[in-house]
Amino acid sequence: MTSPGSAVEVAHLRKTYGPVTAVDDVSFSVAEGEIFGILGPNGAGKTTTVECATGLRSPDSGTIRLLGLDPHVDRDEIHEIVGVQLQASALPAKLRVGEILDMYRSFYRDPADISELIEVLGLAGKRADYYRSLSGGQRQRLSVALALIGRPKIAVLDEMTTGLDPQARRDAWELIESGRGRGVTILLVTHFMEEAERLCDRVALIDNGRVVALDAPASLAARARDAKSVRFRLSAPFDDRLLTELPEVSRLEREGADVIVTGTGELVNAVILTLAVAGVTARDVQLDSSNLEDAFVKLTGRHPHKEGAMA
Amino acid sequence: MSSLAQPLPTLARRTAFGNIVLNEARLSWRRPVGLIGGIGIPVLLVVVFGELPSFRQHPGSLGGFTVFDLYVPILVVFSLAMLALMGLPIPLASYRELGVLRRLSTTPVPPSWVLAAQGVVQLCVAALSLVVIFVIGVAAFGAPAPKSPAGLVLSVAVSIAGLFPIGLMIAAIARTANGASVIGRLAFFPLMFFAGLWLPRAMMPGVLVDISNYTPLGAAVETIQDSMLQGFPPAAPLLVLAAYAVAFGFLAQRFFRWE
Repeated sequence: MTSPGSAVEVAHLRKTYGPVTAVDDVSFSVAEGEIFGILGPNGAGKTTTVECATGLRSPDSGTIRLLGLDPHVDRDEIHEIVGVQLQASALPAKLRVGEILDMYRSFYRDPADISELIEVLGLAGKRADYYRSLSGGQRQRLSVALALIGRPKIAVLDEMTTGLDPQARRDAWELIESGRGRGVTILLVTHFMEEAERLCDRVALIDNGRVVALDAPASLAARARDAKSVRFRLSAPFDDRLLTELPEVSRLEREGADVIVTGTGELVNAVILTLAVAGVTARDVQLDSSNLEDAFVKLTGRHPHKEGAMA
Repeated sequence: MSSLAQPLPTLARRTAFGNIVLNEARLSWRRPVGLIGGIGIPVLLVVVFGELPSFRQHPGSLGGFTVFDLYVPILVVFSLAMLALMGLPIPLASYRELGVLRRLSTTPVPPSWVLAAQGVVQLCVAALSLVVIFVIGVAAFGAPAPKSPAGLVLSVAVSIAGLFPIGLMIAAIARTANGASVIGRLAFFPLMFFAGLWLPRAMMPGVLVDISNYTPLGAAVETIQDSMLQGFPPAAPLLVLAAYAVAFGFLAQRFFRWE
């Protein structure tokens, strides 16, 4: 079932926690050397997906292969060839950066050169510093360094840039980009559209535990362009059903005084005409420009940055 | 494909474990709660009790021994209890809280190695502490040299085997380092009472001695004291400690969570 040249194969992955279905049915395949994004709102099942893929959790059903290995059977091999950067995992406060790196380095058969690694990650001057004295960005970079220290063939980075300031975020992006072409396959979990758009060769959009779209970021954005979205204010009260019953309209939502209508075809004409017939004027009409973020909103019906938007 | 990665060769595994032990040792040196409780306080108490004239007299009621002679085994157990009930579980609970154990489980090294490394560090601290307590007690304050050195080594080993699993159980049920610290203290003081810290077992009323015999620290004091003052210890306290080792070892192994 493993196609040649595929680094990660996930097929029909399913994982529930009691009554909660974290991952319903997720399948994707990542080519060797590819930077693959897993994108989705909070609680969509991204982290559970990669936790299953890296052997931290056992899926209820489905198959996972990393370079042909089953993470739950071939644990030893998997840990040697897969480097993982976990969300929200800290290190002992009173260890120095160099001590942590030396220790983790000794875990691997063929580890990376520490000086080179911390040079690239901008931690070169921090070797003697205690972990607790590092800034959030530095801790995050150290965490990435630990994921890469075993010279993994697959690196899994979960929310690598969450909590970083914009400059640190761009630095981290440059690091990933500089690794492109070295043959390392990267699985990047993120809820930052900009990050996925800039770094990823392909993106799987996950929502409610399912893959709702899987494509190159530009193609996803283009797909979103077919689905249009128009935003306006109303001059008078108005029954939503008049618009939602139109064949062109797929969704209507209100955001304060704004009405946002999403749909396809001659959407704008249909909406304006219907409103006019009802004697209502649409003011401040805006057509949303389309990027990956719009694709996200249109395909999932949610804004990626809103916490707790998930049921 | 499965020959992609071999497990670490034996020598490299030893290096990796050595590195974990080294970092654990550094951490216990830099946050010396365990060192203070496990060595500092008991050694200080040995010196203070040794300097008390009333502790050095022979009140015929104690079978020819001084109160100080009785306190040496109590302070040995004080040290072991500190290390087992606080030194061991607090870092482990903190590592789980921080996600250190989870992070390790993604590397070729299993997180159980940290647990083992903690055990090694605490054992070294215990060994150091016991040597210091015995040397000061015997050389400086005239406590008798151990009557049965073999019995003493056995008693200390069985005491450690009985006490450390209790610490692991604390690490298993505490959700945070703070929680482990609170549970450790709640366990330490009543158990030390039965060890005779405030009233040595030889001065306790009979019913308290009966209870003390079945508490882990009471049994530890009994067997260590017997080895020091009488000779090779009887089986009863050793069996009590072995029972604690088995019971808490089973419970800790059953309830310990890596994340």
